[in-house]
Amino acid sequence: MKRAIAALPILIALILGAFFLWGLNPDRDPNAIPSVLIAQPAPDFDLPTVDGVDVPGLSRSNLIGNPTPVVVNVFASWCVPCRAEHAVLTRMVERDSVRLFGINYKDKPEAARGWLEDLGNPYERIGSDLTGRAGIEWGISGVPETFIVAGDGTVLYRYVGPIVGSEAEEEFALALAQARAANGAGTGI
Amino acid sequence: MIRKLLFMTLFLSAMPFAVYAVEPDEMLADSVLEVRAREVSKKLRCVVCQNQDIDSSNSGVARDLRILVRERLTKGDTNAEVLTFIHARYGDFVLLKPPFKPETYALWLAPIILILIGTGGVIAVLSKASRLTAITALNTDDERAVADMLAQDKKDRS
Repeated sequence: MKRAIAALPILIALILGAFFLWGLNPDRDPNAIPSVLIAQPAPDFDLPTVDGVDVPGLSRSNLIGNPTPVVVNVFASWCVPCRAEHAVLTRMVERDSVRLFGINYKDKPEAARGWLEDLGNPYERIGSDLTGRAGIEWGISGVPETFIVAGDGTVLYRYVGPIVGSEAEEEFALALAQARAANGAGTGI
Repeated sequence: MIRKLLFMTLFLSAMPFAVYAVEPDEMLADSVLEVRAREVSKKLRCVVCQNQDIDSSNSGVARDLRILVRERLTKGDTNAEVLTFIHARYGDFVLLKPPFKPETYALWLAPIILILIGTGGVIAVLSKASRLTAITALNTDDERAVADMLAQDKKDRS
């Protein structure tokens, strides 16, 4: 009994030490918000087209029944990192033939139109989320955010922040490759 | 006088915490619903700034959530229904008071366990201390022995 009590401080020190190791680990991001959407069906939303942009709007039904996984990117012309990310997304569409859908988050249609005319439009569809309500349905905390949605409409992956830089791009490419493999392994929906 | 000053200091230092980001155009005309909206908001954490409730946050998403809360209350949702709706989209993270479940056992139980360990330690130390005084206290036999020794000593010296 006495020996057990003597070991108690060591035990407490070990528990605290493990806790601090975990908490101070540079790979751990305490600000990361876990998404509840992963492995869930894509949320219900229905967005009209951005005024003056000649691609159709986006709704939940566009995300269901696709032969391959699609990428849904939430962006805005007022979002500075989105501009850097735009080049990466364009490259993904051109080189890896990714199907890219956009949600134009709380943006003025004319500003979004100008932005897309300047930088080019890699998006197959763009929904205009003027109120930010679709953003809440997707559980976003800011722009940009990017999701990978399986052919059957299940959300597989979420990337918070711009996919810029080799680390982010590799992480996203890996998630996309896994999504494609999983889709191919299935019955093709 | 001092008491008054103290009260004033406390009152003034508490002031900054009472500042809300809720803007007049967001507020509901129905004051009962507005009060309920505040109650719900107090339980919701801003997903951008993180350690503020959405009522005290100026972020865009917090504002959207405030408006959403009011919209759903106006439509006839109960407070719990509004919280469930937002919880379904943002997860436990959005609740300032996380639910008690296996992932949060450590969070909820750690303070209790630490208090128990601390109390246990204090009790152990105190009981040991009282046991020590019990041993050092002299009983009548000891007292008599000491008195005899002292008497003997006195006799030897004289």
